[in-house]
Amino acid sequence: MCGIVGIYLKTKKFEKKLGKMLSGMLNNMESRGPDSAGFAVYTNSDKKEYKYSLCINNLDFTKFKKDISKKIRNLKLNQYSDHIIVKTPEIPKKFIKLINKEFPEVSIVGYGRSIEIFKQVGNPKDVVKKFNLESFSGTHGIGHTRMATESAITTDGSHPYSTGEDECLVHNGSLSNHNNLRRELKKKGNTFTSENDTEVAAGYVSNSLANNNSLKNTLVSGLKDLDGFYTFIAGTRKGFAVVRDEIACKPAVIAETKNYVAIASEFQAMAHLPDVNNAKIFEPEPGIVYSWGN
Amino acid sequence: MKLDLKKLKLRKVNEQLQNIDRKINDRNFTIINPEGNHAVCAGLTEELNINIKGHVGYYCAGMNQKANITIEGNVGTGVAENMMSGKVHVKGNASQSAGATAHGGLLVIDGDASSRCGISMKGIDIVVKGSVGHMSGFMSQAGNLVVCGDAGEALGDSLYETNIYIRGRVRSLGADCVEKKMDIKHIKKLNLLLKKANIKNHKAENFKRYGSAKKLYNFKIDNISNY
Repeated sequence: MCGIVGIYLKTKKFEKKLGKMLSGMLNNMESRGPDSAGFAVYTNSDKKEYKYSLCINNLDFTKFKKDISKKIRNLKLNQYSDHIIVKTPEIPKKFIKLINKEFPEVSIVGYGRSIEIFKQVGNPKDVVKKFNLESFSGTHGIGHTRMATESAITTDGSHPYSTGEDECLVHNGSLSNHNNLRRELKKKGNTFTSENDTEVAAGYVSNSLANNNSLKNTLVSGLKDLDGFYTFIAGTRKGFAVVRDEIACKPAVIAETKNYVAIASEFQAMAHLPDVNNAKIFEPEPGIVYSWGN
Repeated sequence: MKLDLKKLKLRKVNEQLQNIDRKINDRNFTIINPEGNHAVCAGLTEELNINIKGHVGYYCAGMNQKANITIEGNVGTGVAENMMSGKVHVKGNASQSAGATAHGGLLVIDGDASSRCGISMKGIDIVVKGSVGHMSGFMSQAGNLVVCGDAGEALGDSLYETNIYIRGRVRSLGADCVEKKMDIKHIKKLNLLLKKANIKNHKAENFKRYGSAKKLYNFKIDNISNY
């Protein structure tokens, strides 16, 4: 099963409430995915620095802070339970290499100039609370509640998957050609950290975006290349999109008002959103990519 | 009687509707704040008039018998699935598999219905004022599916005895589904259904009828090489 949710703000009106809106959506999707949950929040940032979302697992935060401060001088750390947001001008290539070499127990959940990303095993309500999602503000956000089918219940197997700068993807469904596609993408230079099918879809999107394709065109070609059942919600720094495969077994409903676009597996996920009863509510058609922003 | 799903648990509301108090014998109910809940008004067996104010989730009015249920909003997957009798009226849009496997009664959808509308229907009459998505009428066995708008791909795939009436464009027909002649009896039946659904702006003569070519009913030895 799995539940997916997303919200894209068309105006500034609800920016401070984004976290609250998204957390309500995730809480209401517990019935579709009680195993793990995760979310990505995008903020409008013109700063030059990068934000790295790390999961330090069982590592002690004070020790990590002390050790990493020795390696990188210019950095700020914010702790949210076992996740740390590291803000630094250090470029991704260098930073990721350093983390992988010096802190093997730390996993990099995602990075970019705008994205902050959190995911963990457990009931969505607990995960949302643990990372204090309600306090977040931002421009758009994506979330996922997981009922594991294709791989184990682990943090690495949780969504969203982020395989490129400011990119993320959540998935309801299963892919049947992920092993082949993973091999092909590895040849093209993509790296994968799990056996999960969704990570392959995220890698596919990253690969296409890196070749200067738009998010919309990437998902259009994905309809041809990704075999299986899916509803995807994908996010980039300024973009937001949803697509269902052509059989459309996996549900999705969109509610659009003048202030926001919300997407969820089921309407009950967004029943609490402001003015939702006056929203334009529709199901995304099979095989059609819907996108906002760029 | 007014039932508020924000205050009452869904199970409580359904239990009350399934076991009405015969001493009071109030048969008119309004349900407020459905908030996308699943299985609202499932399994009703009595003559009741129910008005649901808002959007509901999956399997609304499933297995309905005799009750007359109106939803002032959209419905999720499988509205009126396996309905036996009664009437379900959706004022908004319906998600996939509307009226699935239903044996009887009338389902009216004012908006559009998405994929697999009337899948495996077994006697229900479904009237959709808008359009239906792909694979509608899939393996449908009996009853009537009326669509005032368009139909998506593979309409009526592998159907049996259901009559499908479409006013608009059909993107493609499914296996063994063919256009059939509209006889007087079909026009009469369709006019009756349009009247029941309170549709005044469409005439039966403007619809096309689709049904089974019945070529899949028996195994053909010529196809043996395909197996």
